[in-house]
Amino acid sequence: MSEGIIYWLQQALNALQLGSIYALIALGYTMVYGILTMINFAHGDVFMIGAFFCFLLSSTLNLTFVPTLLLTMIGTAILGVLIERLAYKPLRQAPRVSAIITALGVGMFLENFTLALAPYPKHIPMLLENVTWNFYGITLSSIQLVIISLSLGLMLLLDYIVQRTTIGMAMRAISWDKTFVPLMGIPVDFIISITFAIGAGLAGAAGTMYALAYPVIDPYMGIMVGWKAFICAVVGGIGNIRGAMAGAFILGTVEIMVVAFFPSTFRDFVAFTLLMVLIMVRPYGILGKPRIQKV
Amino acid sequence: MMVLLKQRWDALLESAWLVPLLLVIGFGLAFAIPEYHLLSVYIQLILMYIGINIILATSLNLVNGYMGEFSLAHAGFMAVGAYTSVLLTMKVFPVADFPFLFPCAVLIGGLVAALLGMIVAIPSFKVRGDYLAIITLAFLMIVKSMIENIDAIGGPRGMSGIMKLTTLPWVFFWATTLLWMIRNFIYSKYGRGVLAIREDEIASDLMSVNTQQVKFFAFMLSSFCAGIAGALFAHLLQFISPRIFDITKSTDILIMVYLGGIASIGGSILGATIFTVLLEILRPSTMAALLSWLPPFIFTPLNDYVISHLGIWRMVIMPLILILVMLYWPRGIMGLREFRGFIPRRDKQVHPHNFLHEATNNDNSDRQ
Repeated sequence: MSEGIIYWLQQALNALQLGSIYALIALGYTMVYGILTMINFAHGDVFMIGAFFCFLLSSTLNLTFVPTLLLTMIGTAILGVLIERLAYKPLRQAPRVSAIITALGVGMFLENFTLALAPYPKHIPMLLENVTWNFYGITLSSIQLVIISLSLGLMLLLDYIVQRTTIGMAMRAISWDKTFVPLMGIPVDFIISITFAIGAGLAGAAGTMYALAYPVIDPYMGIMVGWKAFICAVVGGIGNIRGAMAGAFILGTVEIMVVAFFPSTFRDFVAFTLLMVLIMVRPYGILGKPRIQKV
Repeated sequence: MMVLLKQRWDALLESAWLVPLLLVIGFGLAFAIPEYHLLSVYIQLILMYIGINIILATSLNLVNGYMGEFSLAHAGFMAVGAYTSVLLTMKVFPVADFPFLFPCAVLIGGLVAALLGMIVAIPSFKVRGDYLAIITLAFLMIVKSMIENIDAIGGPRGMSGIMKLTTLPWVFFWATTLLWMIRNFIYSKYGRGVLAIREDEIASDLMSVNTQQVKFFAFMLSSFCAGIAGALFAHLLQFISPRIFDITKSTDILIMVYLGGIASIGGSILGATIFTVLLEILRPSTMAALLSWLPPFIFTPLNDYVISHLGIWRMVIMPLILILVMLYWPRGIMGLREFRGFIPRRDKQVHPHNFLHEATNNDNSDRQ
């Protein structure tokens, strides 16, 4: 194969790796928005807490990869439910702005609380043996393979849960109509908690994978990654699960392309310009449906 | 007796010369304090930060409180004002020789920020609610990342060696002027339009409110004030970098606005003051100085365990306060209420803000 094609395939692989981490976080944003029409700005920090859980479990308890991943996911899921019960549930009837501000506050609290406990960046020990394979000049590392396949697996699982199970049906029902769904005997509070648990669990998985790929973690790492994942959710049409996955791979590709052509400091600039232009042109996203404002 | 006092008090508040008198006293104090060292330099510094934060909180309240939109871009406008004015005072104007050029630099900083405010105002014609919040966020990030990429203005390292031109009289002057502008805007025809947009945009459009014009003016006035505050801030701190004008700066201003209460100038003044003072009190050195009257057997262990670690923990305490305010006190200190001194005489009977708080929750949460 020619040099050019190999280069592009290699970049496509990198884009796939970045996109799958973004996708796992974006799903949390989009699921919560779909059900509560609320932007959970603390979600990026749940992802950061996931990376720190991964650090704690792997360095102090010396666990291997699979139990670390599972325990991290459970830990962040519990954290997600706690945040929902303590901070968001009392505000469900309040003006929407209150919920957004509370979410910002929860995010800042998580960042600074972690900073107070862990003032210096942490190094994650090697959880997986890093093997690289070479196919006709394209390098694939075992970490990349694990990240991509695991996140695709989790996304398929989520799609199955949302489309095929009773809980998923209840979630879709709540996002369709909040007034009549409780009358049909659906436990709304329970379903909302489950949604937060799933979203936060996926963010925990993303945190673990991010820590695998980029082993230095700090309390503020969740801010930028969280906003980027949020862009993905908006690009795909917020509230739309398949849209969030599509948006994540689009943003991953765009970012890798920008870094390939321009200085890497332009990455954020291009990502946010893309967001701004897209919202002005097509606010409901690529896969979303236009919302009709009724009087 | 009490009734008589109350009447006297009311008469004092109603009198026409109250505001000019307060202004004269304020200006006199603002000149006298630095001149005769009436207060320590540290307290003067806090007073200047309070003034700047009052400008920021009140102007953000115009968009977030009165108009009911959610803007996160305020730190971005601050950055624009700060960088413009610093470039002018450092590179263009010979400010060292002609100190009276400093207000021109501040004014131009504010005007450039107002021009950029249009970038946020124009999408707001079409986009509302969460999506407008995202646009303002994207604007903030774009401004920050542009500054980081221009090497001529220091890039990510920022600019240092700025002259300390912000003084107490200047802060007082700008704070009172801008408060006066915002207050007059709110009680003008456009201000009524702003309130109407918050309650129901489509209905106000039908009632012949020129919503585009109103939004345009509101966003531009708000960003103008933020630019001026940024310029004053830069010449007080004497160092600026893109990191200072981060999303956390926007969040700080949001805390001031919502602590003080939405749609209230008096609330924003109180919120900015309380926030700034609280942040200073929670500093380890200030806290140690404040509590040093305690007997040593209490103070020493307290100092060892709590106060010396307060520097980190105060950043944990501030968001916690924000969450608790939102949960248990969603109206803030003065939500939708106002000091009587700010309300024009013709509006005393019909107070424009006696809507229910819930009325601001007009439901744009359409189904997916």
